[in-house]
Amino acid sequence: MGALSTKHVIDIQDLSVEDINLILDTAVPFKEVNQRTIKKLPTLRGRTVVNLFLEPSTRTRTSFELAAKRLSADGINFSASTSATIKGESLVDTAQTLDAMDCDLVIIRHGYAGSPRILAQNMRAHIINGGDGKHQHPTQALLDLFTIRERFGRLAGLKVAVVGDIAHSRVFGSLGPALDMLGAQVTAIAPKTLLPACPELLGASVSTSLDEALETYDVVYMLRIQQERLERSPLPSLREYARLYGMNLERLARMKPEAILMHPGPVNRGVELTSDTIEMARNLLLYQVNAGVAVRMALMYLLLGGDQDGIAA
Amino acid sequence: MESLLRNALCVDPAAGLEEPGLRDVLLRDGLIAGLTEPGSLPTEAGREDLDLEGRLLIPGLMDMHVHLRDPGQEYKEDIVSGSRAAVCGGFTAVLAMPNTSPVLDKGAEVSYVLDAAAQTACARVYVAGALTKGLKGESLSEMGDMLAAGAVAFTDDGRGVQDSGVMRLALEYASSLGAPVLSHCQVETLVGGGQVNEGIASTRLGLAGWPAAGEEIQIARDIALCELTGCALHIQHISTAEGVALVRAAKAKGLPVTCEVTPHHLFLTEDALDAHYDTNFKMNPPLRTAADAAALRAALEKGDIDCVATDHAPHAPHEKSLEFELAPFGTTGLETALGLVLTNLVATGELSLAQLVERMAHAPRRILGLAPVTLTVGSVADLTVIDRDVEWEVCVDGFASKSKNCAFIGKKLKGRASEVLIGGTVVLRGGELL
Repeated sequence: MGALSTKHVIDIQDLSVEDINLILDTAVPFKEVNQRTIKKLPTLRGRTVVNLFLEPSTRTRTSFELAAKRLSADGINFSASTSATIKGESLVDTAQTLDAMDCDLVIIRHGYAGSPRILAQNMRAHIINGGDGKHQHPTQALLDLFTIRERFGRLAGLKVAVVGDIAHSRVFGSLGPALDMLGAQVTAIAPKTLLPACPELLGASVSTSLDEALETYDVVYMLRIQQERLERSPLPSLREYARLYGMNLERLARMKPEAILMHPGPVNRGVELTSDTIEMARNLLLYQVNAGVAVRMALMYLLLGGDQDGIAA
Repeated sequence: MESLLRNALCVDPAAGLEEPGLRDVLLRDGLIAGLTEPGSLPTEAGREDLDLEGRLLIPGLMDMHVHLRDPGQEYKEDIVSGSRAAVCGGFTAVLAMPNTSPVLDKGAEVSYVLDAAAQTACARVYVAGALTKGLKGESLSEMGDMLAAGAVAFTDDGRGVQDSGVMRLALEYASSLGAPVLSHCQVETLVGGGQVNEGIASTRLGLAGWPAAGEEIQIARDIALCELTGCALHIQHISTAEGVALVRAAKAKGLPVTCEVTPHHLFLTEDALDAHYDTNFKMNPPLRTAADAAALRAALEKGDIDCVATDHAPHAPHEKSLEFELAPFGTTGLETALGLVLTNLVATGELSLAQLVERMAHAPRRILGLAPVTLTVGSVADLTVIDRDVEWEVCVDGFASKSKNCAFIGKKLKGRASEVLIGGTVVLRGGELL
């Protein structure tokens, strides 16, 4: 098994195409491990993994925590309420303090773009970006790629529509470039108020209509409307958003029979997806979550150069 | 008290020296007493002679946009360190901005800065008072009181005056007192928490965008209010091609509008940010596109942009090492501006030495209504000597400023101030502060 070409995974573009394929390939056996009764491997025994979550998160933090535990790493959780940052300690000082404790890997979730770089500059540990402001969320992109690849057996040539709050989405910040790198055709669908200044830099072409080419997409990926992160409301109402850009049974019926519907969660029911659509797509939405653990195990394993024998056990 | 600057290669368009001319310059009692052919004056006992060996001698440079951080934020800079940084950079005079703590919005605070400067500063310090009380943009500051205390202009630098009605009143009031208004143009409802230029940088870095229109709309508004009120209006740190076009059109109409540009907007673009989140590149207004920077350089040459000003904005390391969105805006500029202009504009032939003197010495004083400093008999002897051949690298340990947040660290430059005289007294010699 090879190694990754990067020490940190902060920006999805830190990874080469080979790196991404390696991570996805490595996740396959881990996914199998997660089906076992005893879901634990000794590969990262004795390694220390810190979950530094300075912004609320349930699923991403749980997923990383579970991934670390299943690889037998010793995990520590820092959250905004327990960390010294609320006492006014700077991120640089937090990084140096953690570094003095000899951690091997830090996963950081923070509300400010670029903050994982501050850790990388002040620590010896590997850094994984668990979501930084409106910038990137590379492990979400990796688990999404894994899910799509499992369904279609490939990524190249697929037509992927990503719908919603492109401008404020760290999920898209990683997913758009990743899909582009792997040869998929990405269309960002949103009103202009939810598009970034230069969507082409994120590997996407743009459409303002979901209905226009709905029957041509292989994947329709609904982004969460991040209501807490919209500076001045770019939408007249959630009702209108659901009407123009929401997924419902009628639209679902127009999609290709083999096309899939995805969402990073948590879903705003009745906004991005109607409840009956969620029921129809539930298996896949949960598959994304399930794949997330395996993909994060693969990434930790590859970054920390885990003991290979463990997987086959 | 006499001294003689021998073999000075003099340039000053205001003295008819468009092209460099070799002179001996006699100084007496702080003034220029004579310019003569080299070697025509015999050595005299009791007179100090300084041989410039053919180095450039120009009227002392003035930076009309400097944050001295004094009073209140002396850990970033103070009047002493800021004025030392100015002299090291070849500036004999600076205009201090009023966004200190407390804000300079009354005569007493203006007097504090001027008194402290008179006692401790090594450069001449002028003061811009706040345009509105507390820089809040709500009500007029006591401009008359501040003028009486010695302020020379008014500005809410750091923020735009959001209320057009208040801006109108401020321009009318300032013009009644004959004082120029310096305008920081920024529409809050468009800029909000904008961190970097809206475009490549904001998309790539996932940061809130600071759109060009957020600056241009207020430039256009202030020009319209200039036309309405007749007040002399100076646009600060102009950063976009369209902003320059607005100023050019206003000048063509004959309006009393001027503007300045910073070295960082001339010589850096948003591409400098790359993916590194280096907060030394976090500026307000932000670094713009390569097309904007090219337009700014062309406009400076043409004279549509009147002057270079640095917006010297010192910040402590613990502030600039924060998360990008939490770090303050600004770069230091006093000690790098001259070298940058010499290297990137004069050496390349885009700007003549005479134009450099006009844009960095004469225009700021003219805009502020100060007495000109020229290479003519009777002028005050505030002088800058430039060694055009010295090659140097901007390095983090090489600043006289208290702060090291410079966007140009690592840049290799050619040319810098070797001597500076203020009122005939040598304060910088061989590049070293005396």
